[in-house]
Amino acid sequence: MFAYISRRILYAIPILIGVNLLTFALYFLVNSPDDMARMHLGAKYITQEGIDKWKTERGYDKPLFYNETEQSYKKLSNTIFYNKSVKLFLFDFGNADNGRNIGFDISERMWASLAYAIPVFLVGMLVYISFALLLVFFRATYVDLWGVVLCVVMMSISAIIYIIAGQYLIGKILLLVPISGYEPGFSAVKFLILPVVIGIVAGLGSSARWYRTIFLEEINRDYVRTARAKGLSELRVLFSHVLKNAMIPILTGAVVAIPLLFMGSLLMESFFGIPGLGSYTIDAIRSQDFAIVRAMVFLGSVLYIVGLVLTDISYTFVDPRVRLN
Amino acid sequence: MSFSKGSSGIKKYQLIRVGFIILFVCLLQACSDSPLNNPYPKKDATANILYSSFSARPKHLDPIQSYSSNEYAFIGQIYEPPLQYHYLKRPYELIPLTATEMPKVTYLDKKGRVLPGTVAVEQVAFSQFDISIKQGIQYQPHPAFSKDSNGNYIYHALTKEKILSLTSLANFKISASRELVAADYVYQIKRLAHPKVNSPIYGLMRKYITDLDDYSATLKAAYKKQLEKNPQQLYLDLHQYDFAGAKVLSRYQYRVTIKGVYPQFMYWLAMPFFTAIPYEVDKFYSQPGMKKQNISFDWYPVGTGPFMLTVNNPNRLMMLERNPNFRGIAYPSTGTKEDQQQGLLNDAGKMMPFIDKAIYSLEKEGIPRWSKFLQGYYDASGILSDSFDQAIQFSEQGNAGITPEMKKKGIKLVTATNSSTSYIGFNMLDPLVGGKTERARYLRQAISIAFDYEEFISIFRNGRGIPAQGAIPPGIFGYQQGEEGINPVVYKWRNGEPVRRSIDEAKQLLEKAGYKNGINPETNKPLLIYFDIAGGGSEDKSFFDFLRKQFKKLNISLVVRNTDYNRFQDKMRKGNAQLFMWGWNADYPDPENFLFLLYGPNGKAKYKGENAANYANREFDRLFEKMETMPNSPERLQIIKKMTDIVRKDAPWLWGFHPQDFSLFHSWYHNAKPNLMAHNTLMYKRVDADKRTALRKQWNKPVFWPIILLVVLFLVALYPAIKMYSAKEKFTHQ
Repeated sequence: MFAYISRRILYAIPILIGVNLLTFALYFLVNSPDDMARMHLGAKYITQEGIDKWKTERGYDKPLFYNETEQSYKKLSNTIFYNKSVKLFLFDFGNADNGRNIGFDISERMWASLAYAIPVFLVGMLVYISFALLLVFFRATYVDLWGVVLCVVMMSISAIIYIIAGQYLIGKILLLVPISGYEPGFSAVKFLILPVVIGIVAGLGSSARWYRTIFLEEINRDYVRTARAKGLSELRVLFSHVLKNAMIPILTGAVVAIPLLFMGSLLMESFFGIPGLGSYTIDAIRSQDFAIVRAMVFLGSVLYIVGLVLTDISYTFVDPRVRLN
Repeated sequence: MSFSKGSSGIKKYQLIRVGFIILFVCLLQACSDSPLNNPYPKKDATANILYSSFSARPKHLDPIQSYSSNEYAFIGQIYEPPLQYHYLKRPYELIPLTATEMPKVTYLDKKGRVLPGTVAVEQVAFSQFDISIKQGIQYQPHPAFSKDSNGNYIYHALTKEKILSLTSLANFKISASRELVAADYVYQIKRLAHPKVNSPIYGLMRKYITDLDDYSATLKAAYKKQLEKNPQQLYLDLHQYDFAGAKVLSRYQYRVTIKGVYPQFMYWLAMPFFTAIPYEVDKFYSQPGMKKQNISFDWYPVGTGPFMLTVNNPNRLMMLERNPNFRGIAYPSTGTKEDQQQGLLNDAGKMMPFIDKAIYSLEKEGIPRWSKFLQGYYDASGILSDSFDQAIQFSEQGNAGITPEMKKKGIKLVTATNSSTSYIGFNMLDPLVGGKTERARYLRQAISIAFDYEEFISIFRNGRGIPAQGAIPPGIFGYQQGEEGINPVVYKWRNGEPVRRSIDEAKQLLEKAGYKNGINPETNKPLLIYFDIAGGGSEDKSFFDFLRKQFKKLNISLVVRNTDYNRFQDKMRKGNAQLFMWGWNADYPDPENFLFLLYGPNGKAKYKGENAANYANREFDRLFEKMETMPNSPERLQIIKKMTDIVRKDAPWLWGFHPQDFSLFHSWYHNAKPNLMAHNTLMYKRVDADKRTALRKQWNKPVFWPIILLVVLFLVALYPAIKMYSAKEKFTHQ
């Protein structure tokens, strides 16, 4: 397994370089360092001198990829791309274009993202699997039929509708929880109830249908018939046998998402005032803060790769036939 | 699974017990003192705190760099420039803040000889502003001022390890203060030229402050040399480098020397750019590694004002707390008659600030912000377009008032016309719409009439704005009301109000321009005009349709060129746009700050200035040069009128509108009067926290029954299925 993981990490390096190169190229295709400076310096009384100063301070005063004025390897190393990319691989994200330390911001904001994302992930999984099993349990009855109809309706509704309706109903009409905001520590609970509930409800339709399909596929297998023939109750059959055998497809979707929980939710964080990494990324895109955008894309890529490796490893735990070679 | 007694499933009694517990908890919460939806800690319920919000994290809190209203909301309460605006008086009036009196201005000739005050502007080579400050003003507590028993600063030579261990300013146990001195103001002016500081007004001030360019070059060379000698020595001691533009005269007096005559400099002295900065704090923040730990002027401002920033978490909340060293300032005892009627003089003579804390929560979306205001969790609010009808209704006379729903809550409405202007400009360098020819002028005038700004304001601004008659907004010297103030090119005065000229008149002008019925004789097709705009999304479609409709009245085809912000700015810089939307917020309440937007040598394409339309008219420019250095007087007004007449005739802008702010305040919020120039308005605000607590409780009683009903309905819906399944299981096992 160690050899496999080492190999995957080595494979990750060119992928990360590629992602970084792509982000860099796409960004500077539509923005020049001068544009970035103007965006940050504001609209009034801007001078070229001020723009040049801004670029020099932040290291944007060099050529993008190739420095003709330099000698030998410095032609490549004394460029914006090289200088901004190398430190990323050491997880030194540097300062944002507004001067703040990105690493500090990430370390502070990721806890808020996790405070929202972990309950949504865990409780969501529990609810979706339970609901899907309930539908399978009552298959071919009106519960299954209307449950599927409900799922289809729910997955057809945009997440933003859930947010607005949830805030209106629970926060404004029933006055049960704060409509938005965040406090660190245990006080976060009252702020997170509503976004977590909405997050779970918003994902119920598609997830429950997906799990229901997996379980229905399993329920007609021979081992299920055998279990029933042994006289096991339907509940036991579902929870002990079907669920265990359906773990591979469940893990495929779930484990890969675990590291990405750090990245937060763009929409939820924005609407509920949760100071996580999702809203951090959105803010950076809006304000053209390339340093943050680049750091977050890089971090997202790393976490995604970690998620894929974890998924592979998790297979070995749930299916003894799988070997990582 | 079965709910029958003795089955292995969940017992129904257990379910009922859980239900009762939930019901009990709900009832307990319903009887609780604090509403369930209260986003603030319970202990703060009756505290003397003002609650507000912010939607975007401030980029800079360093007063030499900060230049946005959302940043001034904080630093305006912390830093004190020598001057301020009177809170109540209108038109806006400058008064001393830390200065003992208004600055004394002395004119000098080229040889440095003092000239009499009545001398012609051309003879003045320099203006000296002598500013005396009050004695005994203290800074807020800060570790940078702390000294040991030997008089050495405790925290000015921290080790690398110590700095790396810092997470915030709270890590420093010892804080101290010191008296404000004139040298602190000079220090801040010198910072304009600091090689590591990028001040947005440097480009402007180098034109006015004597030797600022040379001083900048001196500091740049000195800093380079210093870093070559010791790369770790980041602090540049500005005291070592004399600056002719700003000098300390005594402990409490300093002088700023301006090239020529620039009376508007007085207004700049009321802005945070010209506040005081103690060098000790700069030295403290300049230690290597501090910036990486986010310990800088941008994170921890240090001032002498009524408040200090004690929590700076732009990801969540910002908190201003009363500065324990603040000397106190008396609430003004003079104001207008309306101020008296509205109770704005009830606190006259009382010492400010009135509140202990101001908490600003990050609120990015408008809907939750509005809901929290209605629930009483924010003390004041603007009005979203979506909520406008819920909050505002117009009387038959067109006056704005609040709806009965708002009245019932005791909410008050305060309106104010901004000292700003939003307009559509013609690029005067464009061969079709620009230039000085009669043809182009008639074309611009015709479009000016056809573009119905009254309709625009009604549809897109919910009536929050007044159509502009010229560049100068209300409240600024030179703005004229009534018949005298209308733009005769676009309006007629009828029945005591301006009435837009008819489309027929616009068509006649168009014909005079050579475009009969809007047809371009060169192509024999309707005239084609391009409108450039930045970042319009799908939600702006209705606005684009409105624009096309206005031009269609003259049979002109309008093509909207929607592009991103950077490309749009690029077009503007190069003078490639044809029609464009632009705006300007006043830096200070002087007509010069608006009329310079049409001053030829300020053209954007040629001179990189703020004249976005690239308008140039010799007579206008000549009058501008005369007017800009004059004090407000009938003579100055006459010149402004002449200038206004010239630009109205040339019509380089569709004059657009002056936006109006509609603000709502709860009944417990006092002394709210919009002051669009002042930045230190927080200290004037007073809240009745007990009343707020009582009303919050009354407005936020939780409603549980729909949730209980939902659970019951779910169980009822499930019951037949369970019964059915039980029967099936029983049948299978028989």
